Amino acid sequence: MAEIVLDGVTKVFADGYEAVKEMDLDIADGEFMILVGPSGCGKSTALRMIAGLEDISSGELKIGEQVVNDKAPKERDIAMVFQNYALYPHMTVRENMGFALKLAGTDKAEIDEKVEGAARTLDLTEHLDRRPVNLSGGQRQRVAMGRAIVRDPKAFLMDEPLSNLDAKLRVQMRTEVSRLQSQLGTTTVYVTHDQTEAMTLGDRVAVMRAGALQQVGTPADLYDNPRNLFVAGFIGSPAMNFMPAELSGGKVKLPIGEIDAGDLAGGRGDGKVVAGLRPENFEDVAVIGDLKQERGLVFEAEVDLVESLGSDLFAYFHIESEGVQSDQLADLVEDRLDETGAANIREGHEQVVARLDPTSKVKRGETAELWADTAKLHLFDPESGESLTAKRDSGSRDNSVH
Amino acid sequence: MGRGSRDYASWTVAIVLVLVFALIPVIWLISLSLKPPEAITDQRFLPSEISFDNYKSLFEGGISDSPFIKPLINSIVIALITTVIAITLASFAAYAIARLEFPGKRLILAGALAIAMFPPISTVGPLFDMWRALGLYDTYPGLIIPYLTFSLPLAIYVLVAFFREIPWDLEQAAQVDGATPFQAFTKVIVPLAAPGVFTAAILVFIFAWNDFLFAISLTSSDASRTVPAALAFFTGESSFTQPTGSIAAAAVVVTVPIIVFVLFFQRRIVSGLTAGAVKG
Repeated sequence: MAEIVLDGVTKVFADGYEAVKEMDLDIADGEFMILVGPSGCGKSTALRMIAGLEDISSGELKIGEQVVNDKAPKERDIAMVFQNYALYPHMTVRENMGFALKLAGTDKAEIDEKVEGAARTLDLTEHLDRRPVNLSGGQRQRVAMGRAIVRDPKAFLMDEPLSNLDAKLRVQMRTEVSRLQSQLGTTTVYVTHDQTEAMTLGDRVAVMRAGALQQVGTPADLYDNPRNLFVAGFIGSPAMNFMPAELSGGKVKLPIGEIDAGDLAGGRGDGKVVAGLRPENFEDVAVIGDLKQERGLVFEAEVDLVESLGSDLFAYFHIESEGVQSDQLADLVEDRLDETGAANIREGHEQVVARLDPTSKVKRGETAELWADTAKLHLFDPESGESLTAKRDSGSRDNSVH
Repeated sequence: MGRGSRDYASWTVAIVLVLVFALIPVIWLISLSLKPPEAITDQRFLPSEISFDNYKSLFEGGISDSPFIKPLINSIVIALITTVIAITLASFAAYAIARLEFPGKRLILAGALAIAMFPPISTVGPLFDMWRALGLYDTYPGLIIPYLTFSLPLAIYVLVAFFREIPWDLEQAAQVDGATPFQAFTKVIVPLAAPGVFTAAILVFIFAWNDFLFAISLTSSDASRTVPAALAFFTGESSFTQPTGSIAAAAVVVTVPIIVFVLFFQRRIVSGLTAGAVKG
């Protein structure tokens, strides 16, 4: 077990493409750290540099206080779970799991003992003498995990280990991974593009975009205090609603109304900003009554679509606006549209989704009276995407070991 | 009759035609080898009486006197040594070509192909002179070296194709598991490329086994003469009889190892050995 420290780690490929830019990240001993971001953001490259499968172009990587930049993977004492599992097809499950120990020259009895122990943990005991080709997807995934845990390495590196499983199995394995990690207490770096996995698994989450670290923090921290537009839009499902807004004379003008800027704007002068509000910060006025209305904003909207999930009710409506445009949003649109149906960030078509109480009576095509909790409003600079509202003193900026 | 069964029928006809075309000479050869010497010219396709005299004559007199036993041993040893060396070298070369980026990679592949295309006959004259000067004439290495020259490129090509099919991740998994690059190669890549290795081995073996040109040009005695060349030196029972029967018998005998070799390795050439390695 060990901590992993990335100090200005950069990866430039032979063709000049900079996949990871000056990455600084401290992963504490025993911590479960998630690297998350859309495809091509450099998260896998970063993981592969930690594993020693990619050279580090510049910067320093330490595992357990030892600089390992020039160490081969075998000298780093780490175990990796690959996205496609990479099981050795010519070996049985037992041989697959014991391969690393065998290479290390561990004696036969000890290998058997460790492999059988791991097999019990992963419920693979009856499959030990089968070959990977005869196993189901979930079993193969568990063998890949088993291959990592028998070694008791300094750290586990996992590269989208659940992305090849079907939805139900993925949820099941997610809890399994989480349980294993806390049980073993081994430092773990886990790469995923799925923000749900990131939010549910990690002690801390590092969001990446285009090779650069955007924000590192606990899931709750990322959710409540996104540092920029990208993190705000990436974390959370359905995604945060964005709408154009304007600061003028101590007021925030939103397409749905006007509120006092208060300390929201963080001392910023008049001008255009991007406002963000999460779906659950809307509510049907009929449901909450007059209770909270004094701190929010009541407005009317024509409901385009209602999706009832039983526990929640999603109402989609649109607002009049010229559209919110930002590079960071464009990046998100590409990645998330298909995945979450986050149509609300489609350019020039401001659709807003509100998560309402299931008892709400809003109907498709009717005008509903909605309430927005503007205390939860996020404001962003439209140029840089930086948040104007994120708490400056929050843990999100603090990238050191706690 | 559906389209499928019509296709099936026409394929059957085509395959039967090809089989007949390929097998008639073989049957003819077997038939000749079983005829007694005086019946060779009886113009019958199948022998009227079966005799094993031709086979007996091949092995009569033991190693020293038989015209066939020593060449057979030469053939087997030379072909096996060629195969082992060619496959060992070719798998290293093919691995480097399939996995690594290095300057001159294309040149090496193109060079290998050019050598494989080079007409062997044009090298025989120079080789003859060189081998006599170097003392390699009429020795095992004298044949093994030219065989390697022509079979290595072929083996490299076959193996590169197979190595490229093996998922990169497997090797990286092995490295993370603590394998040195050489261990990853021998314990993971080679076993998985086994079908390719066996395919290449069969091709190299057959090439070395069948060669006549180098064998006839670069040998002068039973010290290293292989079967195809030795057949040319067969004599009849008297100076007036053709050695047709013994040649036919010898030809049948030399076919057997090839068939055994192919049948033995065919079971190993199962595609889909890598199935289950990675998802998808």
